[in-house]
Amino acid sequence: MPAIETVDLQREYPARRGPGLRAVDGIDLAVAPGEVYGFLGPNGAGKTTTVRMLVTLLQPTGGRATVAGYDVATQPAEVRKRIGVALQAAALDLLMTGREMLLLAATLHGIPPADVADRGADLLERVGLSAAADRRVGTYSGGMQRRLDLAMALIHEPEVLFLDEPTTGLDPTSRLTLWDEVRRLRDEGTTVFLTTQYLEEADQLADRVGIIARGKIVAEGTPATLKAEVGVPHLDVTLAGEDHRDLAREVLARFGDGRPPTEECDLSVALPDGSAGLAPIVRALDEAGVQVASLDVKEPTLDDVFLAKTGEHLEGAD
Amino acid sequence: MLRPTLALMRRALRNAFRRPQFLAPLVVFPSLFLAVNTGGLQATTGLPGFPEVNSFLDFQLASAICQSTMLGGVSAGIAMALDIEAGFFDRLVVSPIPRTAVVLGRVGAAGVLGALQAVWFLAIGFIFGAEMAAGVGGVLVVIALGVISALAFGSFGVLIALRAKNASTVQGIFPLVIVGLFLSSAFFPADLLSSPADVIAEYNPISYLAEGLREPIAFGWDAQVIVEGFVAGIALAGIGTSLAISALRGRLRAAR
Ligand SMILES: Nc1ncnc2c1ncn2[C@@H]1O[C@H](COP(=O)(O)OP(=O)(O)O)[C@@H](O)[C@H]1O
Ligand SMILES: [Mg+2]
Repeated sequence: MPAIETVDLQREYPARRGPGLRAVDGIDLAVAPGEVYGFLGPNGAGKTTTVRMLVTLLQPTGGRATVAGYDVATQPAEVRKRIGVALQAAALDLLMTGREMLLLAATLHGIPPADVADRGADLLERVGLSAAADRRVGTYSGGMQRRLDLAMALIHEPEVLFLDEPTTGLDPTSRLTLWDEVRRLRDEGTTVFLTTQYLEEADQLADRVGIIARGKIVAEGTPATLKAEVGVPHLDVTLAGEDHRDLAREVLARFGDGRPPTEECDLSVALPDGSAGLAPIVRALDEAGVQVASLDVKEPTLDDVFLAKTGEHLEGAD
Repeated sequence: MLRPTLALMRRALRNAFRRPQFLAPLVVFPSLFLAVNTGGLQATTGLPGFPEVNSFLDFQLASAICQSTMLGGVSAGIAMALDIEAGFFDRLVVSPIPRTAVVLGRVGAAGVLGALQAVWFLAIGFIFGAEMAAGVGGVLVVIALGVISALAFGSFGVLIALRAKNASTVQGIFPLVIVGLFLSSAFFPADLLSSPADVIAEYNPISYLAEGLREPIAFGWDAQVIVEGFVAGIALAGIGTSLAISALRGRLRAAR
């Protein structure tokens, strides 16, 4: 049984005039237990709407979804017992201290009163907030608030964890800390449904990635297969001067198909064998007397996948 | 059911004391109003139609408690709306707790504050020479009715918040509620109100609540007036709470 399954899931927001907006337009998902599923898409793609439906905060207007085996529309109470949720905007009370928030979360999740304090302290430790536990949440940095939000989502050891853009707006250090925590959860066997605008994040964390654009999944697979589908690594060449451009192009043509160069390079060539194909090219350029300023081997990215499927770049593409 | 309700009630109370800027007006304004009224309007007790009372202060204490718990209801609504705005409400709603606990915790906290508000005004009253016509038992009646009045106003505050979803709208409703208070016998005996205010006051449940609060302080033990006060308050609280719970359910069904 999948941990998350959706069939033709839809959500339409009514418009003041005319037809409503199909924010989620027929999504089919099957996330296996223990899997980290990355839901990658630009702003406004429908990620949050999908998550809100899966966590029972929003009624689907079409199709159906089950989480941990229970239908989100007809058995929301069963779903809520089994999920942890960290929404895109941290759902915190700035007047409470971190410890108070965790104790409240523990109580609301029915953790026996005798265990509440220990469980809260353990989680504060785990997310590195022990020292700040008795300070009001309003004094926390963005990264600390995210970590507290995550701790609250984990208080009852949920089967399925939903993280909606957990690192958007975080500094790089906080981002890495959060990544580590997600990896640890995966190692512990928690199913994680993670949305992100950052391809690197999906690439690093997800066992499988679904790319969503305008409410539809446009590609799905492991990061490696997705990237393999759209292409091979390529070599970007920047020349030292203009003189040898034609010569250089001739040399490169011997090694394979040229690609349109990007703004950052003069010439680009596909490298079907990856970096292994690099040495002969370098030697050939050298023998022909071409002066090269830099050579860059570029692996295909999920942005290439997005580009291939939608004709646009991802905003979060670095 | 009980455990999450109590936990949410405790949190609501603790937060109320952490927002002194919201808490203080609940007692400060009605206290000032009380001071101005008893200072300036003492003469009204001599008007024909004004009931026989010891002092205008005895009469006005119930008004102050009513006004204070009503402000408490507005603040409960604002606190609920702020939870919705901050997204904290979403967290409550995705927790495996009965929906009713979300409403009952908030309304219950208003009730506890209501007891404190009643005690505050009784204390001020006694300091400035008010007397309790019904004796010690009367103190308990006033506190109990203070709680019920706070539950009633609190439930409507929460109802409005669940419908309005943002704190500024809740705040905007506030003048309307004040009008409701003035169109009752909370501040002046219904006999002294002119038409149509007197008719409205006669059917306004707040009148019964206010008179129930006033009876033991200013007059004594008229069981009917006191019982009517309890009935009106409990009915208001019951209606407000049920409407708030169904507003919450409806809100979740539609989810925006
Ligand atoms: N409550 C709402 N009412 C109307 N439209 C909405 C609402 N929430 C989101 N939308 C619209 O639905 C689309 C998807 O939004 P969202 O799910 O938040 O995307 P993402 O999380 O991927 O950025 C956007 O066009 C957004 O403007
Ligand atoms: Mg979003």
